[in-house]
Amino acid sequence: MDVHVLFFASLAERAGLRSEVVAVDAAATVETLWRELESRHPALVGLPYRPLAACDQVWTAWDATLARVREVAFVPPVSGG
Amino acid sequence: MVALVDEPIAPERLLADLAAESDGAVALFLGTVRDRNAGRRVIGLSYHVWPEMALAELRKIELEACASHGASAIRIVHRTGDLVVGEISVAIAVAAPHRAQAFEACRFAIETLKRGVPIWKKERYEDGSAAWIEGA
Repeated sequence: MDVHVLFFASLAERAGLRSEVVAVDAAATVETLWRELESRHPALVGLPYRPLAACDQVWTAWDATLARVREVAFVPPVSGG
Repeated sequence: MVALVDEPIAPERLLADLAAESDGAVALFLGTVRDRNAGRRVIGLSYHVWPEMALAELRKIELEACASHGASAIRIVHRTGDLVVGEISVAIAVAAPHRAQAFEACRFAIETLKRGVPIWKKERYEDGSAAWIEGA
C-alpha cells in the first residue's frame, strides 16, 4: 500500500522535499518506514534526535503499524514561541 | 481564538472584547525576537509551521486553559514567515476572574505551546548563515 509522507522544517531540507509517496508492506511500522526514508535520503541518517511522527494527524509511537494509514508526517523537535 | 498570521501582531487587537464583566484580570504575554542566542548575534527568525496540526494543538491549549486553568477566555496568535529583531513572535491574552488564574493560564499556554505545537524557528545571523533551532 502507498503512504503519503510529509517532512517539515529541517527534515524537509535534509530530505530535499516536503512530501513523497512511499510503498510499504502490510506489516510496516513508523520505524520501518523511517528506515526506508533514511535509505532514500542519506541526509536523514544520524539525527541527534528521533523525529516525532504523526499518522493521519495523530501523534503516533514509532512501533505503531501503518495499517489503514494514509499519511505519515515526520517533524523535528518543535521550537515555536 | 487561535490563529497563525503572516503579518505583524497587534496586541491590542487580542485584548478587544476579551474580558467579560465577571472577569477581574487580563494577562498578556508577548514573545519577541531577541538579538542574540547562544553567543551569536541574531538578525531575524523564520518561523515554519505545520498549519493544520499547529492550529489543532493551539485549540487544545485554548480548551485546556479554560477547562483546567481558570481562564474565562484566551487568544493565542503566532507569527509565521520572516521576522526581524524586536518583532512579536507570539501573543497570548487571557481573561479570568482573578489575577492568579490569568497568570497561571497564560503560563500554561506559552509553556505548552513551546513544548508541543509544531512550529519551528530558523535563526538568521549577521554573517549571512542560518540555523534551525530544534527543541524548546
